[in-house]
Amino acid sequence: MSEELHDVRLTVNGATHDIRVPARRLLSDALRHDLKLTGTHVGCEHGVCGACTILVDGEPMRSCLMFAVSAVDHELTTVEGLADEDGTLSPVQQAFAECHGLQCGFCTPGFLTTITAGLKANPHPTHEEARDMIAGNLCRCTGYQNIVKAVERAAELS
Amino acid sequence: MTTKLMGQGVQRVEDQRFLRGQGRYVDDVAVEQDLLHAAVLRSPHAHARILDIDVTDVLDVEGVHLVYTYDDLTGPMAEPLPLLIPHPALTEGRTQYALAKDEVNYVGEAIAFVVAEDRYVAEDAVSKIRVQYEFLPAVVGVDAAREAKNLVHADVPGNVAAKLEQNVGDAVAAIAAAPHRLELDLTIERGACTPMEGRGTVARWDPDLNRLQLWTSTQSSTGVRAAVAVKLGLDLGQVDVITPDVGGGFGVKINHPWPEELLVPMAARALGRTVKFTEDRREHFISSAHERGQVQHIEVGFDDDGRLLGLNVEFWHDHGAYIPYGLIVPIITSTQLLGPYKPQNYRVYFESLYTNTVMVTPYRGAGRPQGCYAMERTMDAIAKYLGKDRAEVRATNFIQPDEFPYDQGLIFQDGRELEYDSGDYPASLVKIKELVGWDEFPAFKAEMAAEGRRVGIGLACYVEGTGVGPYEGAHVHIETTGKVKVATGLTTQGQGHATVFAQLVADELGVKFEDVEVVTGDTRRMPYAVGTFASRAAVMSGSAIHLAAKRAKEKALKIAGEALEADPADLQIVDGVVSVKGSPGSSIDLGTVSVLSNPLRYAFDEASKAATQFSVGDPGKPPVPEDEEPGLEGRDFYSPERATFASGMHAVIVETDPDTAEITILKYAVVHDCGNLINPMIVEGQIHGGVAQGVGGALYERMAYDESGQLLNASFMDYLMPYVTEVPDGIDIDHLETPSPLNPLGIKGAGEAGVIPSAAVFAAAIEDAEDIVITAMPISPSELYALRQSQGLENS
Repeated sequence: MSEELHDVRLTVNGATHDIRVPARRLLSDALRHDLKLTGTHVGCEHGVCGACTILVDGEPMRSCLMFAVSAVDHELTTVEGLADEDGTLSPVQQAFAECHGLQCGFCTPGFLTTITAGLKANPHPTHEEARDMIAGNLCRCTGYQNIVKAVERAAELS
Repeated sequence: MTTKLMGQGVQRVEDQRFLRGQGRYVDDVAVEQDLLHAAVLRSPHAHARILDIDVTDVLDVEGVHLVYTYDDLTGPMAEPLPLLIPHPALTEGRTQYALAKDEVNYVGEAIAFVVAEDRYVAEDAVSKIRVQYEFLPAVVGVDAAREAKNLVHADVPGNVAAKLEQNVGDAVAAIAAAPHRLELDLTIERGACTPMEGRGTVARWDPDLNRLQLWTSTQSSTGVRAAVAVKLGLDLGQVDVITPDVGGGFGVKINHPWPEELLVPMAARALGRTVKFTEDRREHFISSAHERGQVQHIEVGFDDDGRLLGLNVEFWHDHGAYIPYGLIVPIITSTQLLGPYKPQNYRVYFESLYTNTVMVTPYRGAGRPQGCYAMERTMDAIAKYLGKDRAEVRATNFIQPDEFPYDQGLIFQDGRELEYDSGDYPASLVKIKELVGWDEFPAFKAEMAAEGRRVGIGLACYVEGTGVGPYEGAHVHIETTGKVKVATGLTTQGQGHATVFAQLVADELGVKFEDVEVVTGDTRRMPYAVGTFASRAAVMSGSAIHLAAKRAKEKALKIAGEALEADPADLQIVDGVVSVKGSPGSSIDLGTVSVLSNPLRYAFDEASKAATQFSVGDPGKPPVPEDEEPGLEGRDFYSPERATFASGMHAVIVETDPDTAEITILKYAVVHDCGNLINPMIVEGQIHGGVAQGVGGALYERMAYDESGQLLNASFMDYLMPYVTEVPDGIDIDHLETPSPLNPLGIKGAGEAGVIPSAAVFAAAIEDAEDIVITAMPISPSELYALRQSQGLENS
């Protein structure tokens, strides 16, 4: 028996996409496989690592813990939507490049979205607040040292 | 004049893609295509005989294209997977089948392989496969393996795959004759690499070219290529392996071929469709590889100064259910254990043991953390016994700078002598003591004690053999645009190779950094390569690229010399322009030199007219001179006699909570010597990452197997990888640059170093804070609390 499919309209980085997916399709999979937006990465699929973090109406959310069908009527922003239209890196992206805040780059999209939202809520974080801002995301390469620096640098650049 | 880039903290070129979400990891490959997805049925039992596999229900699942079990495998595919690194002592080597034949030996072992329209359907299908098992008793942990009441493999007596002993002098006699003797019993538990991206493979069979294209998240594309060709009965020339961006490796992706790396291409060829396998996090925990588990017994004899007179180490290494990577990890433990010290007389004996758990292959450090732990715990024990300063006892035993090259008299992991090429350990010790505040610490400790706070300091030293052979190669091609395309065969998983290798090429060729593009891990571009492991990429490929660029430069100068009617020795290349030194008007850009290097019959653009037959060349000579080739290219290989030995020292100050036993890091200091630095920013990043992994391995991460062989914490919820909240807030790093005499750049490897001393340095610091004896790592607050209770009672 074939699965029931649902028409879903997703608004991602300002563009609308119409897809037909089963109810169980994770938002992370819909972004990656249906919309071909592969910048959002999947590291654990149980909401712990934060690699798949996107912005849902500006708030950081784990796209592996949402279904695509529950993302209609929301504005989604992925890593592909962080730079300006002319290609200029956002302050957070620029800070990561300057501070060597990434190595393999796999967890990076989740950090970028998380920090983008974090700095919007708190544009001038203290050192402790900068550390707290990234305390829900796992990175296995950098030991977080330069990611903390990147948060502080991004605040300067913003 | 172009600034020399070697030694500069140049920003990474690869970041532009990664930061924009334009990385291309293996699960991103072929998303535009109509591809199929694979899922694997894995054993839920640690040890069982397979009586029957029933796949009939699977065939009813809509969207399923194919199911494989062992019975579908033929020829080489039906044989066990390769034993990658044989060793004469490995008399009982066992490897698994791509799909379990009639027995499973760990939870997670692959039993059946399903290909379907998407991963969801593939997993649905997997859940409908019915397997009948006859349960067998599981062997879990070193103690059970040694006891050998039950056997992992019925035909391997005592669960022992290998026994290996090496001797320098007569350690037993020297210890017996020594004025002082100590014995230590230590254990260290299992952890794992856990890169953020797991394993994955995509395969496409091209029926027009009769050729296989395989993308895989590996640390050795040439290794996978050779294995796939052999197993699938293809000529090497029919198989292309491309390593896309890799989301972390740390060792686990050096093992190959994984069952899926064979089954995916097998299915792609059978179905004529592109097939992808991407493992999930649980699969990574239970079906990739772990490391670190060892039990150690140490006997040491020493004099009144703490000078080693004899060291006798025996250890038992848990390598899991199979041993495809041979004895590399325990051999490294047994040799690199010596660190910067001269033991005078040394005996080491190990047994590598089967257990019904996930197999063991190298994890960053690859046996060194265990060796460092054994040696440094011994140093601490000697100092405590003699009432001496721990740093002083270490200094007493250091190899001195004038003693290099220093032959430890052992055979290393590459089959070569363990001969250290260079180093300056006394200078490192001075630096680390200063950096951490070693001499001021007693006063600090007293001050804190007055406030009711407990603090402790630890120090650990290591030496790391890096850049092992056999070789790496490089190809440098200067295009007619003047752009430089560089290829080396080893792979990249976050080290910034596209940046550091471009730095080397820009320096050697005299071209702009941004004009250099580096490709790694693509067998189409460089089919001869070994892989990225053992902190070898910078040393091996860096040297090969340097040599290849030199060749390209020589050729460019020769051709430019003819064009400019100048002696090549009088020419220089700056920013991609060749000119006569002191006469800048007489110049030619490298792009034009590239045009001239390739005599043409046909012009295809304005620039290429210069190389056509009526424009160029001496009509009396062949257009391509004898012993030369067309094109402005350089290709070379670097194959050193032996490894080069980096070194370093870590020190940590911890605070332990008197009530909760929580362990807090107050200060972490690193002195690191990897020879000449190519890019200090990247080297420091490597150290940061290593230290964080080391913190995890010392304080949080362990594989919690129960006695039946179930891994109880196979998720990121339960396996505690450090977040930012667990790592030191700042790591103080100082570099020493003792060049290696073994390679043209004087460099040594840096990738693994940060994680090597962690277990040792934390054990020492916690011991110092608590005044109790720590013999088992990692250590959690609960375990520290229990130790306080037990040792407190014993002391009272």
